[in-house]
Amino acid sequence: MLKSRKELDAELGGAARAWLDEALAEAAHDAATPDLPGPYTSPPWELRYAAAGRHCGPEHADSVRSLLLVEARAPLSSVTRLYEQGTAAERRAVLLTLHRLDLGDTALPLVEDALRANDTRLVAAAVGPYAADHLDPHAWRHAVLKCLFTEVPVAAVARLDDRARGDAELARMLSDFAEERTAAGRAVPEDLRTVLGHVRRIRAGSTTPGTSPSSRLRSSRGGPIPRGVAETPESLRDEGVPAPCDAPHQTPRPIRP
Amino acid sequence: MRIFDPHIHMTSRTTDDYRAMYDAGVRALVEPSFWLGQPRTSPASFFDYFDALLGWEPFRASQYGIAHHCTLALNPKEANDPRCTPVLDALPRYLVKDGVVAVGEIGYDSMTPAEDHALAAQLQLAADHGLPALVHTPHRDKLAGLHRTIDVIRESNLPPEHVLLDHLNETTVKAAADSGCWAGFSIYPDTKMDEDRMVTILRNHGTEKMIVNSAADWGKSDPLKTRKVADAMLKAGFTEDDVDQVLWRNPVAFYGQSGRLQLDVPAPDQLHEGNSILRGGE
Repeated sequence: MLKSRKELDAELGGAARAWLDEALAEAAHDAATPDLPGPYTSPPWELRYAAAGRHCGPEHADSVRSLLLVEARAPLSSVTRLYEQGTAAERRAVLLTLHRLDLGDTALPLVEDALRANDTRLVAAAVGPYAADHLDPHAWRHAVLKCLFTEVPVAAVARLDDRARGDAELARMLSDFAEERTAAGRAVPEDLRTVLGHVRRIRAGSTTPGTSPSSRLRSSRGGPIPRGVAETPESLRDEGVPAPCDAPHQTPRPIRP
Repeated sequence: MRIFDPHIHMTSRTTDDYRAMYDAGVRALVEPSFWLGQPRTSPASFFDYFDALLGWEPFRASQYGIAHHCTLALNPKEANDPRCTPVLDALPRYLVKDGVVAVGEIGYDSMTPAEDHALAAQLQLAADHGLPALVHTPHRDKLAGLHRTIDVIRESNLPPEHVLLDHLNETTVKAAADSGCWAGFSIYPDTKMDEDRMVTILRNHGTEKMIVNSAADWGKSDPLKTRKVADAMLKAGFTEDDVDQVLWRNPVAFYGQSGRLQLDVPAPDQLHEGNSILRGGE
């Protein structure tokens, strides 16, 4: 959880607070003069960005780095440089802050880069509010699936309920994944059920999708997960099975514990 | 027994090695940047490598309960290649990173003017960034190379106690110790040093400021040589405290001069569903 400057001021010792004050002032100053003299030269606040944990404590590094980015009103060029030249921890702080910067969707390549990584710290940071706002449906579904693969808790996925609701293609991907795991004799991640629960939750004011039993999905505890219309694969919809929001009004069957 | 391997090239090693090292007692290591066997052709190739030493490799190590730090530098061999020397200009932005605990490996390979320049420039970078330096001593003409190295260190702004002279042996240990620098020994299956010779050196020169590493890489090498030296020390009558000094406290004291060592890595979880490392797509 990122801390505000007020919270940091309350927790930091005198030397760390003074360092943070200077760093934030440098960041604000550099925001007004963004030009760099050479390809390997960084403005002073960017060097502070790297050293944040050593001066303010590793537990505050994310918060301090995030504040620096906001205070510098970091443009895409700075954000990209800090990400591309950053350690995993520095990259994480960039990803955690993207939604607080005025970047539109221009920083999406950084999120996509992090989602290609296998470092779970990066994957977890990449699925925050910025990804929820800007990732296209295909990339977002793969991000969710990647969390399940790498055991990043789906609690890290911002607005999971909102984006997953009624997403039949996501449901198909989840069921295929569960089937593959089951075929291999491996447990299906519990979080898959969490995501599926969000898929099946009904959009406010819309009709309620129906369910049909299926033994295709099995939970890690061995019980079948009923397959609802909300998970209708594309292939079945081509055969006349309705997509989630087109489903007739039926009472959803709860997922078994 | 806790072991700190102060010089090992994990990018060249497998996850099986990480597991075996953890089982042998290795809880921390330092990975110096070095020559990859295949010459690099541009600074960008170094940058990807540095990024790996600051990103993926520490993550991989953490999966096995091992704290990973690195030393970064333009290595002696490629200091002679004008396609690579611009790395010196980019090093400052890397030397401020949390995981960097020294400048290294620097030093001599063939003792050329280009190597003179890179060594002196990087000793100055170490001094500028409050970092110690890991200095490789040459494999060919080692004793002459060591004397020349010590001369350059004396002319630098880096105090000798901030320098670790590595790959030493019986012929170079005395001059290295007399210089005030830390003394490093790489234990290899056939070359450099072996564990019994190392024990004899420790018996003759004591355990103070003495550092032992496996220097395991893509060549014939053994990532468990640190443990084998520890066992050989105990067999030869050294105490467990002596072993802890050489295999843990000495490297912690040397790299700790950076102020950046973070040794509290959690123990590895159960193996991830039978996989040796988390994967994104299997």
